[in-house]
Parts: sequence; C-alpha cells; structure tokens
Amino acid sequence: MAHRRRRKRKELFAQGNEAVAQGALLAGCSFYAGYPITPSTEIMEIMAQRLPRIEDGVFLQMEDEIASMGAAIGASLTGRKAMTATSGPGFSLKQELIGYACMVEAPLVIVNVMRGGPSTGLPTSPAQGDVQMARWGTHGDHPIIVLSASTVPECLEMTVVAFNMAEKYRTPVILLIDEVTAHTREKITIPHEDELEVLSRMQPAVPPEWFKPYAEAARGVPAMAPIGQGYRCHVTGLTHDQMGYPTSRPDEVNEFMTRLFRKIDNYYHDVVLVDEYCLEDAQYAVVAYGCVARSARHAVDQARERGHKVGLLTLRTLFPFARPAVERLCMQCEHVLVPEMNMGQISREVKRVNNGRSRIRTLNRVDGQIITPSEILKAIL
Amino acid sequence: MSDVTKLIHEYLRHNKKFPHVFCAGCGHGIVLGSLVRSVHALQLPKDNVVIVAGIGCSGRMAVYVDFNTVHTAHGRALTFATGIKMANPELNVICVMGDGDALSIGGNHLIHAARRNIGVTALVLNNQIYGMTGGQCSPATPQGDMSMTSPYGSLEQPFDTVDLAKAAGANYVARSTSFHANQLDKLMQEAILHPGFSVLEALTPCPTQYGRKNKFRHVVDMYNWLKKNTVKVEKWKEGDSRIPTGVFQNLDRPGLEERYAELRQSLQPQE
Ligand SMILES: Cc1ncc(C[n+]2csc(CCOP(=O)(O)OP(=O)(O)O)c2C)c(N)n1
Ligand code: SF4
Ligand SMILES: [Mg+2]
Repeated sequence: MAHRRRRKRKELFAQGNEAVAQGALLAGCSFYAGYPITPSTEIMEIMAQRLPRIEDGVFLQMEDEIASMGAAIGASLTGRKAMTATSGPGFSLKQELIGYACMVEAPLVIVNVMRGGPSTGLPTSPAQGDVQMARWGTHGDHPIIVLSASTVPECLEMTVVAFNMAEKYRTPVILLIDEVTAHTREKITIPHEDELEVLSRMQPAVPPEWFKPYAEAARGVPAMAPIGQGYRCHVTGLTHDQMGYPTSRPDEVNEFMTRLFRKIDNYYHDVVLVDEYCLEDAQYAVVAYGCVARSARHAVDQARERGHKVGLLTLRTLFPFARPAVERLCMQCEHVLVPEMNMGQISREVKRVNNGRSRIRTLNRVDGQIITPSEILKAIL
Repeated sequence: MSDVTKLIHEYLRHNKKFPHVFCAGCGHGIVLGSLVRSVHALQLPKDNVVIVAGIGCSGRMAVYVDFNTVHTAHGRALTFATGIKMANPELNVICVMGDGDALSIGGNHLIHAARRNIGVTALVLNNQIYGMTGGQCSPATPQGDMSMTSPYGSLEQPFDTVDLAKAAGANYVARSTSFHANQLDKLMQEAILHPGFSVLEALTPCPTQYGRKNKFRHVVDMYNWLKKNTVKVEKWKEGDSRIPTGVFQNLDRPGLEERYAELRQSLQPQE
C-alpha cells in the first residue's frame, strides 16, 4: 500500500466532458458511436482522437443519434463496452433504442449533457429538464439506471460507475450531466488501473448446446455470449422466452418482465448512490444533484457559519430513486428544499416519498442560468 | 436424405417452435431458402454468420435460422449491422430488410451505409407493400397501385432500390426475384462475397396484402407476373423496358472496416 501511495498519478486540468471520456477509457470502453451536438461534442471529439490509437478501439460518426444507438448496441452484442453521448434533441431520438437495449439486456452507457429545452431550446445553456425523460422516455414499462455527476472529478468517477453497472446488470445506464459541469474546468486525477474496480459482463459457463441466453445466471442477470463465439443466439426486441425466442405466453412474459425489474430492484443498495453532507444533526435539508448540488454545498456551509443546522443530500443515482435516504431525511427534517433547473422533476419524487412528514419546498430556474449558492441560502433562511 | 432435408437439418433451428409466420405463397421464404443455400455453397462457418433483421414479415426470418441472429427495430437493422461489423470485422454480416424497412424508415441508414461502404450485405425483400402491418402503401408501391392507405391508388412515385443504392455509392448492387431462384442464389453468393457494401434487392410477392388489393386472384399469377415483367439487365440495356435484373454496380472500393484497420495500423507507435 505504502508503495502504491508513492506512485505519481497523472493530473489534468480538464472539462467535465473530457473527464467523461477519460472515465470511459479507464472503464474499458472500446467503441463509440455518436452524432455531434452541443454541449456534448467534446466527448465525441476526444473519443475520435483516442479510440483509433487503442487496440481494437472503434470510433464512428453516424448519420444521426438513432444510428449511433443502433451501432453501439450492435457493438455491445459482440462483447464490446460501448458508449454514445448526446444532448436534448439527440436524447429524444435515442429513446426507441434505449428500450431495445433494456429489452435485449445490452450493456451500454448513454451520456446526456443536458441543455435548455424543449426542442432546440438553449443549446449552450445548462438545464436539468431531461430527468423524468431519462426515467420514462422510452415506451413500455421498464427499469433503468440514471446517474448524475456534479463536479468534474465526479464525471470521471460516475462514468466508470456507469460502465460497471451496465456490465454487472446487463442494462443501458444513462449518465445525466449538465452544460455547466460539462464545460467547467477543474483538476482531475487519473487513477492507476489497479486502483479502479472495473467490471465486465458475465460470460456463459456452459457449452453452446446447454446455454439458455435469457435464463437467470446470477442476481437475475443472464450470462451474455458475444456474437461470433459459437453460441449463435437469437436477440430480439420482441418479448422473449429463456431461449431468446419470441413468446406471448402470459407465464413466460410475466417471468421475463419481473426478472427485468428484479435484477435491478433487488440490488437497490448497490445501485443507489448518494452523498450525505452535514446531515447528522440537520433540521433543514437540501436535496440536489448535478451542478446545483455544488451551489447547495456552498449554501449549506454559509448557513452553518450562521448557526443554522442545514445539511445536503446529493443524489448521484437519480433512478432508481433514493427512497430510503430521502424518507429518512423527511423524518428527520422539518423542511426539505429541492432546488432544480427545471419546474420540479426530482421534487415530485421527493414529495411522493415524503408522505406529509416534512414540508417540501422547491426552487426552480428554467431561464438557462445556474442556481447560485446565495439563491439557495435565501430560500433556506 | 435429400439435399433439401440436409440443409433443413443443418441450418434451421431445432429448438425453435415452428410453424413460421409466413402466409402460403409468400415470397419471403424463397429468399430465406436462397440465403441458406448460399451460405452453404460458400461454406461460411455458421458461427461467423450474423443475420441482422429489421421489423416486418421479412425481418421475422432471422429467428428460424441457426446463425447469430439479431432482430432489431423497424428501419434500424443497418445501424446495428454497422456496429457489429466494425466491432468484429471477421463476421459475415447480412442484413434482411423489407421495402418499408430499407427505403422508408431506414432510408437514411441505407444511403449512409452505402456511402460509408461498410462491409455488410443488405438484402431488400421488396414486396411493394407493408406486409406485416396489413397492407399499407410503401415507398416501393408503384404509382396507381392499391393499398389500405392508398384506397384510390397511390399518387407517389416509388423509389428504385437499385438506382438509390448505386447513386449512394454501394460497391455491389444487384436485383433478382423470388421467381428466379437460380439467379437469386448466384447473386446472393456474389453479394455476400463482395467486399464493402452490397445491396441485393429481391422482388417478392405478398399475395395476402399486395396481391389481394391489386387483382391477383391466385398466388401463381404473382410469380407469373415476375416472370413476364422482368428481363436480364443486358437486354434491358438494349432497350427492353421491363424491370431489369442482374448486376448493376460492381466496384472495388475498400470497405470502411478495412480503411479503419489501416488507420489503426498507421497510428501504431513506430519502433
Ligand atoms: C418505429 C416503428 N414504426 C412502425 C412500426 C410498425 N411496422 C411494423 S412492420 C412495418 C412495415 C413492414 O413493411 P416492410 O418493411 O415492407 O416489411 P414486410 O412486412 O413487407 O416484409 C411497420 C410500419 C414499427 N414496428 N416501428
Ligand atoms: S403478409 Fe405478405 S409479406 Fe407478410 S407473410 Fe403474408 S404474404 Fe408474406
Ligand atoms: Mg414490404
């Protein structure tokens, strides 16, 4: 350990988008397909530079965001760790195939750098308007993991987490950041390879003739055979049985759908990540995520300096929603403030789990401007 | 065992619950037969063959054959195929699409796959109708023809798959029909072997949806129509005005995956 600590780590002064790209490469991403869109483009540009230089790395600029999703899922089916990144309008286009990835359980990371919307909206201004869309954007009932990051180092860290969760749970994972976090420059430290936990999907442990591609192998997750290695599976967006063949038999459909949910719901404690700050004795709490969490932290410090017992819960996982942590908060605190750069997309989740125990207040901005520490402080005091 | 029985045993999935979804007289099965015969004739290892299908009756054929099969989303088969081929260039990637799939919702992907010249074989099963959804007009429905959504005859000019693929830069472009099974087999093998992007259009009858609305009383009439109304491209060049079949483009631009491999090689640090 002592020896390890002495090794010098590489340090960079980087943007959030750059940190996402760094994180992806550290996590083993070897395939990127995308379509340029502000404010996510830097991720794509860095991948265009880097991927052709690494063994087997593939970078593709596709004709649109739908094609980018298709190519990334295709690559994932061959065993690659694949990623695509976009922003609002492109995220809308990706929705159909996000559902496909859920259905065929293809590990995949989709980064959405949120900008003002709806429509073309505010291409260069931050917003948090895509939170509920990330949860419910594709049609049909489905589970999904949605993560966020509030600082540049967190962009790196959460991208690695996103890949790990995608691989572990065989699911698309959406990482939501915002224009401010994507374009802020901060110092990041690149961890050594052996300091990182990097997970890969489970491979079949049996020969092809015994393999059932959609039968549960562990934790509700089936093992995944890469295309071209002798398993010759069928992959379909139709609801399928354990062999992967289409079925509409109610018992088989039910088994499939419940497993899809169970594989994530049962590992809630592993999937739901939150940061608690000054919450032990808090009488007043702020719940925030993304760049707003950063402002909120300053506001909490300032409030504490003035003697107010304020704390902050930062949501790193937005969905599945951090119900136990928020419930605890609502029991403990008389007031909970949810500042967001939308008209109240996470506050509705907070209100849902509150059950009337605490007074939930919202602070909303939809003018393309960030929420400042002083605005949050004013709302608290 | 007859040759056909051998092929069935070798290439159809034993563990798949048959019967298949195709109607009696549907031409899609003939194209599937040709695909299986071609893979067999070329002796491609089954583990290396990837069938990437769109959504439609045509797309359903993927599930029956014992290859790596991916049944994607309507119109998007080529995007998946592009990802698969780039991720693993060793694979033989064959895309199966309907006319709605390839020319309408997936039209953009078709021209871009051609422009990129990705090493994928695109089979367009053109029955001039949306079969699966019950017989609506497609971008390949001839002007004046009847469908559920052109009850007074289609007003729009159809796409010509061959012209489109040629103009967009596909390396290999060919057309045959499910009446001309021998020609279809030959062109199918060429299309699979050809490096870069190849497009093979198969004109194929949909008796249930297209035939019914366009006064074809018997399935056989539809196959006879294909026989009477098509002509080899060589004769067509001499002025015959029927629908030409054969090879229309035969270029040897390197496929995208080859160019990518060269790029990667050139970026390797030199010793
Ligand atoms: C995004 C989307 N839009 C519409 C549909 C409905 N749909 C399914 S198949 C199909 C058309 C099929 O026609 P074609 O591609 O010509 O195939 P065929 O059935 O004729 O072989 C349509 C419109 C769909 N599945 N997805
Ligand atoms: S509807 Fe038409 S295309 Fe579909 S299976 Fe029947 S005959 Fe074939
Ligand atoms: Mg059709």
